[in-house]
Amino acid sequence: MIFIRAIGLTLLLLLGMLLPSNAAEADLRAIIAKFATASNFSAIEAVVHELAATGDRAVERPLAALAEGRLYVRKTDSLVFVGQDGGGGIELLDPLSGEKSGAAAKGDIAKVKVNNTLRRAIRDALGTLTLGAKDPAARIAAAATMFKTPDATNIEPLDAAIANETVASVKALLEQARAASVLVSDRPEADKLAAIALIGARGDRDALSLLTSVEANSEGTVKDGATAAMAKINSTLALWDAGQNIWYGISLGSVLLLAAIGLAITFGVMGVINMAHGEMVMLGAYTTFVVQEVIRSSFPGLFDWSLVIALPLAFLVAAFVGLVIERGVIRFLYGRPLETLLATWGVSLILQQAVRTIFGPTNQEVGNPSWMSGSFDIGQLAVTWNRLWILVFSLCVFAVLLYVMKRTPWGLQMRAVTANRRMAASMGIRTPWVDALTFALGSGIAGIAGVALSQVDNVSPNLGRGYIIDSFMVVVFGGVGNLWGTLVGAFSLGIVNKFLEPYAGAVLGKIVVLVLIILFIQKRPRGLFALKGRAVEA
Amino acid sequence: MITGRFFAAGADRRVAITIFILLAVAIIVPLLNLAVSSTSAFYVPSYVVALTGKYLCYALLALALDLVWGYCGILSLGHGAFFALGGYAMGMYLMRQIGSRGVYGNPLLPDFMVFLNYRELPWFWYGFDHFWFAAIMVLAVPGLLAFVFGWFAFRSRVTGVYLSIITQAMTYALLLAFFRNDMGFGGNNGLTDFKDILGFNVQADATRSALFAASAVTLALAVFVTWAIVGSKYGKLLMAVRDAESRTRFLGWRAENVKLFAFTVSAVMAGIAGALYVPQVGIINPGEFEPSNSIEVVVWAAVGGRGTIVGPIIGALLVNAGKSWFTGVLPAFWLFALGGLFVAVTLFLPKGIVGMWDSWRGNARALRAASIAEEAGTDPDVPPAKIVRSAARTPGDWSASGPEPQPAE
Repeated sequence: MIFIRAIGLTLLLLLGMLLPSNAAEADLRAIIAKFATASNFSAIEAVVHELAATGDRAVERPLAALAEGRLYVRKTDSLVFVGQDGGGGIELLDPLSGEKSGAAAKGDIAKVKVNNTLRRAIRDALGTLTLGAKDPAARIAAAATMFKTPDATNIEPLDAAIANETVASVKALLEQARAASVLVSDRPEADKLAAIALIGARGDRDALSLLTSVEANSEGTVKDGATAAMAKINSTLALWDAGQNIWYGISLGSVLLLAAIGLAITFGVMGVINMAHGEMVMLGAYTTFVVQEVIRSSFPGLFDWSLVIALPLAFLVAAFVGLVIERGVIRFLYGRPLETLLATWGVSLILQQAVRTIFGPTNQEVGNPSWMSGSFDIGQLAVTWNRLWILVFSLCVFAVLLYVMKRTPWGLQMRAVTANRRMAASMGIRTPWVDALTFALGSGIAGIAGVALSQVDNVSPNLGRGYIIDSFMVVVFGGVGNLWGTLVGAFSLGIVNKFLEPYAGAVLGKIVVLVLIILFIQKRPRGLFALKGRAVEA
Repeated sequence: MITGRFFAAGADRRVAITIFILLAVAIIVPLLNLAVSSTSAFYVPSYVVALTGKYLCYALLALALDLVWGYCGILSLGHGAFFALGGYAMGMYLMRQIGSRGVYGNPLLPDFMVFLNYRELPWFWYGFDHFWFAAIMVLAVPGLLAFVFGWFAFRSRVTGVYLSIITQAMTYALLLAFFRNDMGFGGNNGLTDFKDILGFNVQADATRSALFAASAVTLALAVFVTWAIVGSKYGKLLMAVRDAESRTRFLGWRAENVKLFAFTVSAVMAGIAGALYVPQVGIINPGEFEPSNSIEVVVWAAVGGRGTIVGPIIGALLVNAGKSWFTGVLPAFWLFALGGLFVAVTLFLPKGIVGMWDSWRGNARALRAASIAEEAGTDPDVPPAKIVRSAARTPGDWSASGPEPQPAE
């Protein structure tokens, strides 16, 4: 009963809202019809102001059309239409509803003329209109536009909008837009100083560029105030820049961590130099590509899930290839690290060429799922979703790996075999199996790293090549045989790299980092977190 | 004394024969190219001369690597860097010889500098218009880099795989550096479009033959030098460091100095190889710094047999001839073949072709000795005599790890 009554009430309310708007529409049409009789620019401008004064958002369409020179008057009956190029002549649309109302030849209609003064008037009118929009996003957009193109005439509509505004964040933006307008108006100095304080508090690049023009065009206390505010903004911006660099560094570090963490298992724990590690990453990326192709052609609805589906598959593919390599090549070479290096390099060449033969040498298109595209802002920091997810993902992989190594029987066996192979064998551990599975685990991790890296890098047969030296650097820098070392190594290398880039350029920064690592290895040949004791000499 | 050893039997005789063959080739091939008419069956076409000349440079590079890897146990994955540095030094001389004949006709600046809006010659290009200066730089730049790098690395006892990886990082860093346009070495186009060397046209058949002869003679010289180093008391020390570094150190030798000398000599040899290579192929670009190139050199030495003097030369010639053939006939399969070669050599031919041949011959000789001893009625339980000489010259025999896999260092 209450429910039905509620519906009835809603209907009544809706009706009540519609009726006045119908009445208003007739008024609007009456005003719009005046365009047909307006003979000069000032008359047209008067009509524009009249339209803007109604405050109805329906007038946006004719006003925008007028600014673009698409508002026409039909000569036969002096009715006003919005025109649109179509077919031979011009398609006529109703100025308010936008519905099609026939077509006309060019000769049958007259364009309502427009000049720059008029366009400015229209822009102001439109800005004022959107200030009263129901949608807060539209109001924010209007405030942002007004902030960037300040005009003294904006102050009054902004004052009105500020008085009506209920959302605090939008209100702050409106006040900033008003302050920007005050600065270009001829208001007294005290007002301007208050406006500078307000804009200085905003503290971003737009505020800085606005204040720069104010400083150039004013003198006396206003100029000094602007200079002081700019200095303040500059110092906060420098902090944000450092923050942005740290974020880029962390992001690069997470990529390095992903690429290196599998190597930390095969090289760090087992002592196997696997030069084909980068190719495992590549196989993971190509698995993602194949999964996405299948999804695109057969199950388009599942596209957002493609990465989740690709993860286990990439792990299995890379782990299987790793298992084959270990059983087929590496197990004959234990204890001969230099030979292992050469043989796995050969394997990497074969894998690369195999992928090149199957998929071709060009980059493959791997798409971002919707939840990984786009970005958001924290203060002045721009954070893209895919980078953030990769960071989260790399930390998850690290945590899982740490758990496997330290808390599971398998991890215990792995560590036992590494520490003392013969003793472990005597205790009944099947060391060849542990070797094979450890290597498969390391390769599988590289495979799922490939899934993540396919989101930020080109998927080509050379994908792995680019990561192999970096990964070795991370593992060696962090200390062989130590997962925490790999974590610290990856993030510190990433951050150092990104901090060097602005000063030295991307390539030189990388060279400097390489040289620093080479020097670092001189100082601490066993890495940042060196294993101590007998394990070192084993 | 040295001449006595030179004409002795066994491995030393093999070195003598190699040197003799190289010197003979240095005379005969240019003769067959220049003096014999092109219709004759004995005529050697010019492209064969250029190609073989290139292979001889590669062989010299492989020999240089063998000195450090085969005899000193340092697996350098950065020898391509020394090769390329030598090549760049020679390339800079050749660029300066172009003079005003470049596309832009600038008498002072090479074309790429005009293109990149250089006002004047960078300081490090001074002196390269003289051949003697360039020749010194060919030796000095790779030698100095190897000395400084090795001094740091060996002093802090970076060994084994770590050393391999940082040498790879070194050549990678140089690759990135030389790709930059503002380094002043032509960016990713490198140096090319050479005209003259010592006043002779580099494209002319006679010059090509002379360069070929120079490569062959230099290789013969390098074989002799390597043989002299390896056979000397210092060579024993090199092998001692290779087989048991800690023990050598405990006996009172400074292992790092031993390694540093071998590394520097080897780098200089690689630099010379690069300098001979550049005028024969007519270009040097940063691609020569690619880490994969340096690793390919390792497989040449491995195929032929590391720890032998002749092996790397044979390996370099065979693998490169194979590469030329494959890339002509089945271009897509060359990388499969190369990758398979890496795997097969490490698994089945750890001592390479020459090493395999030696142990096969050695086994045959030991079997024969054993059967003679049996006929003579001596105790058949005496184990066959171990071939000490070749064992000492091939790595792994003295430091053989057991069948049980061991975690690497």
